[in-house]
Amino acid sequence: MTRQTRERMIEALLFASAVTAVVIVLLIMVFLFKEGAPFLIRYGIHTFCLGMEWNPIAMDGEPSYGIFPMIVGSVYIAAGSLVLAVPLGLGCAVFLVEIAPPWAQALIRRGIELLVGIPSVVLGFFGLVLLVPLIRESAGGFGFSILAGSVILAIMALPHIISISADAITAVPETYKQASLALGATRWHTIRNVILPAARSGIAAAVILGMGNSIGETMAVLMVTGNTPILPEPLYDVLDPVRTLTANIVIEMNYAAPGDHREALFATGIVLFVMVAILNAISHRVLKSRMEAGR
Amino acid sequence: MSAAVRTRIFSPDTTDRVASLLLWASAIATVLILLSIIGTIVYRGIGVIDISFLLDSPRMSGAEGGIFPAIVGTLCLVAVAILTAGPVGVGAAVYLTEYAPDNGVTHMITFGVECLAGIPSIVIGLFGYAFLVVYLGFGFSILSGGLALMFMILPWTVRASEEAIKTVSGDLKEGSVALGATKWQTIRQVVLPSALPGITTGVILGTGKAIGETAVIMYTAGSSLLLPESIFEPVRALPYHLYILASEGISDDMAYGSAAVLLGMVLLINFTAVTIQRYYQARSGLRH
Amino acid sequence: MGTEDIEIESRNLNLWYGSAQALKDVSIPIEKNRVTALIGPSGCGKSTFIRCINRMNDLIKGCRITGKVLFEGRDVYEKDVDVVVLRKRIGMVFQKPNPFPMSIYDNIAYGPRIHGTQAKRELDEVVEDSLKAAALWDEVGGILDKPALDLSGGQQQRLCIARTLAVKPDVILFDEPCSALDPISTARIEDLINVLKHDYTIIIVTHNMQQAARVSDHTAFFLLGEMIEFGETKQIFERPVEKSTENYITGRFG
Ligand SMILES: Nc1ncnc2c1ncn2[C@@H]1O[C@H](COP(=O)(O)OP(=O)(O)OP(=O)(O)O)[C@@H](O)[C@H]1O
Ligand SMILES: [Mg+2]
Repeated sequence: MTRQTRERMIEALLFASAVTAVVIVLLIMVFLFKEGAPFLIRYGIHTFCLGMEWNPIAMDGEPSYGIFPMIVGSVYIAAGSLVLAVPLGLGCAVFLVEIAPPWAQALIRRGIELLVGIPSVVLGFFGLVLLVPLIRESAGGFGFSILAGSVILAIMALPHIISISADAITAVPETYKQASLALGATRWHTIRNVILPAARSGIAAAVILGMGNSIGETMAVLMVTGNTPILPEPLYDVLDPVRTLTANIVIEMNYAAPGDHREALFATGIVLFVMVAILNAISHRVLKSRMEAGR
Repeated sequence: MSAAVRTRIFSPDTTDRVASLLLWASAIATVLILLSIIGTIVYRGIGVIDISFLLDSPRMSGAEGGIFPAIVGTLCLVAVAILTAGPVGVGAAVYLTEYAPDNGVTHMITFGVECLAGIPSIVIGLFGYAFLVVYLGFGFSILSGGLALMFMILPWTVRASEEAIKTVSGDLKEGSVALGATKWQTIRQVVLPSALPGITTGVILGTGKAIGETAVIMYTAGSSLLLPESIFEPVRALPYHLYILASEGISDDMAYGSAAVLLGMVLLINFTAVTIQRYYQARSGLRH
Repeated sequence: MGTEDIEIESRNLNLWYGSAQALKDVSIPIEKNRVTALIGPSGCGKSTFIRCINRMNDLIKGCRITGKVLFEGRDVYEKDVDVVVLRKRIGMVFQKPNPFPMSIYDNIAYGPRIHGTQAKRELDEVVEDSLKAAALWDEVGGILDKPALDLSGGQQQRLCIARTLAVKPDVILFDEPCSALDPISTARIEDLINVLKHDYTIIIVTHNMQQAARVSDHTAFFLLGEMIEFGETKQIFERPVEKSTENYITGRFG
């Protein structure tokens, strides 16, 4: 074999490795749609996504496959987690970049690395044994709730929000900061009026990405939200249980018989996939326009 | 006089102080959350862990006995995932950094890697079930679960390897090419060795992610508590075992023990990765 | 000079980086077993020019070339030229020493190995010969398995020269080989070049007038991508024809 053919074969091999990811993504879409799309069309995208009742094994009468309560559940918990995680994470990021003495910086960076590493099932377990009873005893209700899910997801989102925001804040040119301080502004003034606005789009991207990750999260929410496929009543009652789209799949795959029921779970997967893809796309768009704007 | 004092109270100095306090508080809160999680798990779990817990098989659905098959299951799954995602990921990264022309195909590849990273793990699990378990007929097995995990960690190994390869200085590459080395010889003998610490760190971090992952393997690897004899047999990974113990209320103690072991494995792995990275950063820092 | 002594010759060489032209119609004949120096202000295209000779510019995206570079009478940009063989025969030493992060021995053996020499005895011999030729053997002969990066800057540069010699080239291109070195290391490398020219054709880019005057036989002066003047070094430095050459040599350029 000549040197040139060898080189070319290696390049072909490397190219094949590179397209593997693309092939996997395509296969995922093909199989997800192959298994779920016929049902979606048969049952009606509308009735599926906006239907209020999920009752796949109706003893009497037609089974119904409405996932609207779960879409609400997923969005509710993800949004709730951001409401908790963003202020805390942002505070932590500002602290990390602008205020922390070196030892505290090292401590927090180590802490973030640790927190990222904790498996979601361990967090879910922690929520199950500590957080759920705590909520039940202090706030009443069942304990398994939107609140519990949001808190656990917030803990998961926290390290990501801190590190992306910290990067965005670090990227703010030193000159802005010095100009502000030289005008006699205090440190807090400078942070609020100069640094945070300049880092805004980066932080926004982090938040949207966090939303996508939270909606896609399975194990941690599954273990603490109670998993009832109905809307909270009243809607603002964060102590009510909910079921997320991810939980719907995990819980029912075990016993779903082939046919409508199983296909409905794949269809749930499609909805989940689309929602997360849209959020990721928006987040990338934000990051990209940020880079094109030069910051 | 009192007016002057009043304005001073509301002067920026006070806001600054309060803000500082709040920022300190948020940092402390974060650290406390972390400590409470790790503390709880370790405190309640450490008493459960002993040799027989680690090396015995579970009895009575896991209410008694140990978690040995689950540890073995996890290690098998992760081995398959890393042995496949490692080479493919490094190959992809080499292609993207050293070969890829700036064209549509390359953009599609980068986009594909990003997409894969964004797909929720349960969706990968569903796909693994439909494609690996059913369509390819691998059944619930180490192979199915390991490959599904590979799909999940592939984007991370690609990215980490790309980062590592990009840091190799162009001077070294030129030095090699000027001696008449081919592109691949240069990559193989100069670029990859220099990028190895970074690549290793990335792959180890991928291992950490794979070890803790549950949703991907629930419907691909099965949940057998028997020791596997080949990669075509099902296993129950440790995180899935923990989920079953906890959610079915089988045994709190066993669950705490499993959680502590799982946490220990992941933290040990991440610690190793970070240590390797720091060591090499410090060493290359000395050189400049 | 007789044409049979010309080893390398550029003819009407033009080069663009994207839309920016970096070389304009450069024609230079390079004599065998002589030292040719390229001088000129920063950014005038000296590095660009010598990187054309061993086709290192192939690595740069968006780089486009017209004209010819003849090596032993054949255009190196012809389609069927094997760049690997070309680069093996035309070695290059860079501005910043760039030893590989390996042992001293492995650095020197790198070239021979990739070109197919595996036998230990043969490699040992090449390593020793190359280090001796690069006047480095006395200093590192006993510590061949030490990391090359532990050497001083001047030693690293001589190591890079030895590494180049190890693949037995006919031509060596030096791109400001001394600019990162102290005066003593610089003197050693100049001595080395004076010895090497008996066996090799040498092209050296330098910013240091005295160095060009000391080591070279011919000198080419570049300005803004053009080759302004070429001739015997003595003539260029004592009786430059072009006004801009004179200005540069007498230090009236930045
Ligand atoms: N890779 C590149 N891409 C685009 N432009 C380049 C590249 N390399 C060099 N140039 C440009 O080409 C011109 C000539 O550069 P070159 O490096 O050949 O100059 P030089 O004479 O070697 O300068 P110096 O003495 O500083 O090394 C410069 O204007 C430079 O900016
Ligand atoms: Mg130069």
